[in-house]
Amino acid sequence: MNLVSAGFFLGIVGLTLIVTYIAARRTSSASDFYTAGGGLKGWQNGFAIAGDYLSAAAFLGVSGAIALTGFDGFFFSVGYVVANLVLLYIIAEPMRNLGRYTLADMLTSRFNEKRIRGVAATGTIIIVILYMIAQLVGAGALIKLLFGIEYWMAVLIVGVMMTTYVLFGGMTATSWVQIIKAGLLLFGTTLLAFLVFSKFDFNLVKMFDTVSTNYGDEYLVPGMKYTSTIDSVSMMLALVLGTSGLPHILMRFFTVKDAKTARASISWTTWITAIFFSLTIFLGFGAMHFVGFDKIIAENAAGNTAAPLLAEFLGGNILLSFICAVAFATILAVVSGLVLTGASAISHDIYGEILKDGKLTEKQQVLAARIGSISIAIVSILLALFAQSLNVSFLVSFAFCIGASANLPVILYTIYWKKFNANGAVAAMVTGLVSCLILGALGPNIWSPTGNAIFVGEPIVNLAVPAIITIPLSFFAGYLGSILTAHKVEQAEAERVYKEIRVKAHTGISVQDVSH
Amino acid sequence: MSQLGDKISAKCDGINYEKIDRMEAFNQFVKKKNTFLFGITITFLTFYILLPVLAFTPVLQQKAVGSITWVWVYSLALFIMTIILCTLYVKMASKFDKAAAAVLQEYEKAGA
Repeated sequence: MNLVSAGFFLGIVGLTLIVTYIAARRTSSASDFYTAGGGLKGWQNGFAIAGDYLSAAAFLGVSGAIALTGFDGFFFSVGYVVANLVLLYIIAEPMRNLGRYTLADMLTSRFNEKRIRGVAATGTIIIVILYMIAQLVGAGALIKLLFGIEYWMAVLIVGVMMTTYVLFGGMTATSWVQIIKAGLLLFGTTLLAFLVFSKFDFNLVKMFDTVSTNYGDEYLVPGMKYTSTIDSVSMMLALVLGTSGLPHILMRFFTVKDAKTARASISWTTWITAIFFSLTIFLGFGAMHFVGFDKIIAENAAGNTAAPLLAEFLGGNILLSFICAVAFATILAVVSGLVLTGASAISHDIYGEILKDGKLTEKQQVLAARIGSISIAIVSILLALFAQSLNVSFLVSFAFCIGASANLPVILYTIYWKKFNANGAVAAMVTGLVSCLILGALGPNIWSPTGNAIFVGEPIVNLAVPAIITIPLSFFAGYLGSILTAHKVEQAEAERVYKEIRVKAHTGISVQDVSH
Repeated sequence: MSQLGDKISAKCDGINYEKIDRMEAFNQFVKKKNTFLFGITITFLTFYILLPVLAFTPVLQQKAVGSITWVWVYSLALFIMTIILCTLYVKMASKFDKAAAAVLQEYEKAGA
């Protein structure tokens, strides 16, 4: 490590620690800890959601994938951008109107049962841990590559830092780390894309012609990575619907004061992600042309260092150091958000509401949240230390698949379907979760005849991401569960609650808003 | 739940949800809103999922401008669609906000 890169890193670490220090003085209640007191502005939350969204997998992974496989890498960009519309149109506002701290809070506003909370919290913890391992493994590999630090030490550094932000600064600090990082990432990406574009005389056709002439037309159409339609449709479904089921994204809607601000947040996120992912074309093609395959693959077979290598080519050591520092900030921000979400499921849902019946003082709640954060951090650091060789992008797309299958159907039914009941909710969540895990375990990421997966053998289900089966299955289970057990439910009471949910979801009316 | 239970729960948080739920203005507003939300959602999901379906057919594999193939043009169109529909939503949502406020006002006037 040289002086310039050390400077950038210390700058970012210092800035985030100052933010944490300021936030820590304002964090005294459970609401401060989990949701920053619900006081974030629309643009702040919009940047923070973008900060959650543009993970290392998006920044390093997508540009690397475009550099190595052309259009196939860009599939991800399209999925991440359109997913904003699902959030905006059917999830964000009702979520804000019905929820408090967690997804389970929102579901139990309609079905006040411990089993619903238990299943929802379990799903959240599984998604958070899968996502977290992916981020930590990626972080470890990246930092090892950039500074030559041992993998285990790199994971520990990131682990200790994320725990510090969450433990002391709660959601306020975590949000500001995400906002700062989203701003830096947007700036860094725009700069890289501008420099690449200038080398093609600001002519898009010239850039594509160069790729076509030098590397072949196959980079400009799909088929290098995804060969079957059904496989790519399944993955695209997981991306577009999974975002709306990821607990750390959903939790961000509780950090604003009303539905209107939740809407403004997603509007900001949509613009930021649309701009960012348009630029991934320049990053990908730039790395393909100026860095070259051999050098990209030599550094990292999955292409994860394509963007830093491009920065080195375009701006030497200074730009390389800056982009690496941004990538580091990206990882820190995303894992902090994940720790907080995991902690909320453990300490608020499982400990506070299920075990203690919600009878905790404010002080006990904050203490429980801190203990929850430390436990989820320790578990994921330990798992990440053993998971070094796992395929990172597989883990991420799998988390999306579980989000889309276990969470999205139950959220939609809760808000929009009158006849939905508690049995249907449990059926939908359990079916979504279990079918993802089973089909995933039988799939090509676990079984491969050539031995580049965990076990050698023919995969029984030949879908990398089984979303195309598991999402309809979960919707169907929710429907069937509700219809079959309809006679067992106290219909009058169920309808009364649904009417209340419907009025709340659509008008945002609540105790505080109407004075009678 | 009994009539008595109704009265108690209505008293507890001060809002008679049953009454709002029965209001015609409320039901019209919700119907209009849901038609818009789900109509647009189905539309954009259809255009979106056609990308991986058509991407493997010759339709999108031909060149559009220079070496730029139609898959890129289609993808770019999805980006533009996202921005347009995002703007449309924000516009419509503030109309819905007004409608919701009008419903609540009517409810308050009638007396809870």
